[in-house]
This record gives sequence, structure tokens and C-alpha cells, in this order.
Amino acid sequence: MDIWASILLSICAASTPLLIAAAGELVVERSGVLNLGVEGMMIMGAVAAFSVAQMTGNPYIGAIAAVATGAIFSLLFAFLTLTLVANQVATGLALTILGLGLSGMIGEGFVGQPGIRMEAIHIPVLSDLPLVGNLVFGQDLIFYLSLVLVAGVAWFLFRTRAGLMLRSVGDSHTSAHALGINVIKIRYLAILFGGACAGLAGAHLSLVYVPQWVEGMTAGRGWIALALVVFASWRPGRLLIGAYLFGAVTIGQFHAQALGVPIPAQFLTSLPYIATIVVLVLIARNRRLTMINTPASLGQPFVPDR
Amino acid sequence: MRLELQKRTDPSPVFSILSPLIALGLMILAGAVMFMILGKNPFTGLYVYFIEPLSDPWSREQILVKATPLTLIAIGLAVCFRSGNWNIGAEGQYLIGGMFGAAIPVLFHDWQSPLLLPLMLIMGMVGGALYAFIPAVLKARFGTNEILTSLMLVYVAQQLVDWVVRGPWRDPQGMGFPGSKSFNESGVLPKIFQYGDAHYGALIALLAAIALWFMLSKTLKGFEITVLGQSPRAGRFAGFSAKQMTVFAFLVSGAMAGLAGIGEVSGTVGKLDDKLSLGYGFAAIIVAFLGRLNPLGIVAAGLVLALSYIGGEAAQISLGVSDRATRVFQGLLLFFVLACDTLIHYRVTFAASAASAKGRS
Repeated sequence: MDIWASILLSICAASTPLLIAAAGELVVERSGVLNLGVEGMMIMGAVAAFSVAQMTGNPYIGAIAAVATGAIFSLLFAFLTLTLVANQVATGLALTILGLGLSGMIGEGFVGQPGIRMEAIHIPVLSDLPLVGNLVFGQDLIFYLSLVLVAGVAWFLFRTRAGLMLRSVGDSHTSAHALGINVIKIRYLAILFGGACAGLAGAHLSLVYVPQWVEGMTAGRGWIALALVVFASWRPGRLLIGAYLFGAVTIGQFHAQALGVPIPAQFLTSLPYIATIVVLVLIARNRRLTMINTPASLGQPFVPDR
Repeated sequence: MRLELQKRTDPSPVFSILSPLIALGLMILAGAVMFMILGKNPFTGLYVYFIEPLSDPWSREQILVKATPLTLIAIGLAVCFRSGNWNIGAEGQYLIGGMFGAAIPVLFHDWQSPLLLPLMLIMGMVGGALYAFIPAVLKARFGTNEILTSLMLVYVAQQLVDWVVRGPWRDPQGMGFPGSKSFNESGVLPKIFQYGDAHYGALIALLAAIALWFMLSKTLKGFEITVLGQSPRAGRFAGFSAKQMTVFAFLVSGAMAGLAGIGEVSGTVGKLDDKLSLGYGFAAIIVAFLGRLNPLGIVAAGLVLALSYIGGEAAQISLGVSDRATRVFQGLLLFFVLACDTLIHYRVTFAASAASAKGRS
């Protein structure tokens, strides 16, 4: 039974960064902006978290630094796409390319150094309960934060006035603008939030998942997070299903490799990526689901008229 | 102070030419700042990076070698991007092209024939095109987001090539190192000069660029690409099919990336190994935008990016600057290019404040 508990724990660890980054991107896309720079912001968060944790000896300060770094980095994207109305797809790619390069340069001195792990919390009695103890009461803080985040995003988008405004901006920026809503300001804030989330997701990678700095350690997770938003058809609750599905596939293929399944390791490693494609196809075929929820202004440039 | 944009009725011809140059200037400025942060003399830094490689014949050939795959991939991407299709998985198509092209000399190692090389190049193009066909057909048939699928396929291609060079295609005499047997002479793209590394792939890239430039600017197909890219609705009224265009654009860009892959395998390495994926497929995105999606501009842009690679290697050796600085430069360059492109389509003015702007209108 212990094996199953530890497998479930590792699935949680693999899913958490995807969930956090996807929750952030979901808000960004609901405001009508497609930020393909998640991978870049995530890796900047990972390197910031690792290096600050090293310098201060405190993983929590590292995580805060990652959040700040992700947000500041996303500002670059926001300035280009909102103020200068640059192409969102190309700018997002630029953010990813720059992030991968810059993080490699910053993290150069940290390669191979043992990291500082953000320890799991431990509540006496509760965490020691058999079976569910560690799973429910004994994980790292970022894991609990990820669940709160998804609930918070769902509540904000569908239960608050500000969330309604954000969605209206994403569905028709011209109408929202005509109603006096400050489209650009809302989008700036949404992008900042997405950047902060991607940064936190990166912190989870370099402080919890593999407490180490490895160049390019995000390994496409930022892109999978983007795919998750499509999979969830822009509904926060569905992100949970998607993220944990991918977490399970990732961990499943690790265990299959460890057990010596007679399939080349390379094929198992590519499984999460192939699964992403399959899922994207299945979702895209369901026209009604996507048509209803896709923000209508997604990716469209907007210049306010005076 | 506040930036204000006003849409131009027509793209500015002056800034169409100036904007990539301004972007390059800004990158050089940013480079100088970065050298200062790293504690190096910015003038020596920039000299080593951007001038020295041009004065040395060996470096000039290396620039040509690097510019070849970058240009080939980027001209294909230009067709794709112009038509409004976002193929960002060129790296994967490049790898599969290299693998397909290598299949003949690996499986029929002793076959020597003047037919071998052309066959390899064709196989490379077929491989790249087939691999690009996957995201294209998924988009055309099911409406799947091509950005994500084409990118996911990069990771799959990396694993596939890794498996092939460690598994079935590994050279038994290779001391256990991953990689195929070295190709025999008739499977290697000949060198242009007697000494040095520049191979005929460079010439192929130039010819391909001219051919695609001709197609884009002088033929009906090129017009169709532009119309569908700028206004899918107008394209529909003209009777053009966006779905067929998606498949066409992906096939062209996949074939170009595949050609770049087999060119690299055959011309530069001489065998298929595990070090084929160098990120050219992503750097080519920068090249495509720096060349303003015009194949002839891309030839120049490819040389510029290649120079940054070679300059980066030189700076690493003589100044001890990390070779990762190159990727930072390249990322910044794309930002500057995209920012400067605003000048082409918009009149940018500075308003004193939001209040005074309202007062005027």
C-alpha cells in the first residue's frame, strides 16, 4: 500500500506545476490574450527560485522571488503586445526563447549544486494517519496553494464583478471598451497574474519536484500547460482533471521505465507529448464545447480609439 | 507621457526597410549593456562578437555553414507565417528530415552512386514534409491548434532520433557512442572550397530562397498566401481554401526544414548522431521575422544570426563570456524586431498625458 501512496504523491508533484501555470494562463486567455511565453516565464521562475533559495537558504523566499520574476518577465510581453500591439504569437515565442537563454546564463554557476528542498508540511497525528495521512496533510505548501489557486480563479471569473469584466474584455474588446471598461489595464493585470503563476510553477519544479537546477528543466511543461487550457475549454475546474491526467501519464511512464517494460525508453518519454496531441484532437472535434467557451477576442490586437 | 498609436492606411515603406535595422542597432546597444554588466569592455566585446568573425576566412566559412540551415528553415516558415499558419515545430521537421535522408546511406551503406545524394535530399524533404503534415491535417480536419501540436512533435522527434542512433542504426564499431556509421563519399555534400567546411548546401539554400521569393511575390499562389494570411474572409470570397492552404504551407515549410536537416547531416556531420538538434528550428523563427518574412531578406537575416553564433563562440574563447549569451542576444533581437515592426503599421506619437489627449479629440 505504501507504494501506491508514494505513486500518488509523485503524481501530485508532477501535476502541480502544470496546474499552477495553466490556471494563470487561463485567466490571461479569458482576457483575450494568448501568451505563448509560459515556458519562458516558468523557467525564469525556476532559476530565480533556485538561486534565491541558495543565497538565502530559505526556499520560501525563493518561491516569492520566482513569483516576482515571472510577473516582471511577463511585463515585457504585456508592453509589446498591449502597448505596441505586436503580434501575440510571435511575442510569446520571443519570451520563451529569451527565457530559456537568460535562465541558462543566470543558472550557469548553479549546475550540479544540491538544491534546497521545500519540505513537506507535517501536522502531528494527521500527517501520520495511515494511507491518506501524507497525501492529504503532508505535502508541500505549493501543492495546497495550487488547489486554492484553481478554486480562487473559478470564483473570481464566474462569481465576481471584476471577473465578469475580464471575461467581457476577452469576448469582445470593442464592446467592453465602448462600455467604458479599461481593456488595456485589465489585460496588463491578467498578464501579470499569468506571469506570477508561471513563476510559481517554475519554483515548484526547482524546489520540490527536482530540487536542482538543470538547464531547460521545464522540458515543455509550459507548453503542456497551454494545451491544458484548451483541454479544459477555458473552465478552471476542468484544469484539475487535465493536469492530473498528465501527471499520471508522466509518472506512469517513469515507473514503466523503472520496471523494465520492453519498450524503448524514448517512446515512453514521448508519451506525455503524444497524449497532449491526442487530447487536443479529441477536444477540437467537440465543436460545441470549444465554440461556447473560447474567448472570442483571443489573440486579436486591440488599439483603443479615442 | 503616454504612447499613442494611430493605424496607418498603408504600411510605411520607409520603416519596412528601417525597422529591422533599428532592431539590430538596439540589439547591439543591449549587447554593450550586457557586456558592461558582465564586467567586460563593451567595445572589445562587440568587436569580438560582430566584427572579428568577418575578418577571418575560417570564421566566414563557419558563418556560411550555420546560415545554411537557418535560412532554409526560415524561408519555409515565412510561407507558413504569411499564410496565417503557425508552424513552430520546424525543429522536429528538421530532425525527421535528417533521419529520413540518412536512411539510405545507413541502410545501404556500401551503395556508391551519383544518384545517392539527390535521393537523400529528396528523402529529407519528404521526411520533413510528412512530419509537418501531421499538425497540418489535424488543423485542417479537426481544427486542432497547430502551434501546440507542431511543438509537441518536436519532443517526439527528438526522442525518435535519439532512439534510432542509440538503437537500430548505431554503428557497431562506434565504441558504444550514439551515432550511425559515417556515410561514404557519395553520400556527403561536397565542399565549396578545397579547404574549409562550407558545403553546397549554402548554394541550395540561396536557390531555394530565390525560388520561394519568386513564388511569394510573382505568382498567383503567392497572392493566395498573402490574402488568406491577412484576411481569411476575403480569401474565402476569392474562392481560396484556407484548409488547403494550411496543408500546402505546412508541407512547404516542412520540406524546407527537412532539407535543412539532411543538409546538416550530409554536409556538416557526415553521419546521423545524437547532436543534430541544436535549436536551429527555433532560431529560424527569429531569422524569419528579422527578414520580415521575405525570402531574400531572410538570406541576409540568416547570415546575421549565423554571425551571432560564431561571434558567441569567439567571445566564449577569448573573453570567457558564456555561450548562452548568444541565445539571450537572439531572444532580445526578436523582441526588438517585433517592437520595431509597430512603426511600420502605426504612427507612434507621445502624448503628454491621458487628460490632454482627451482634450484634443
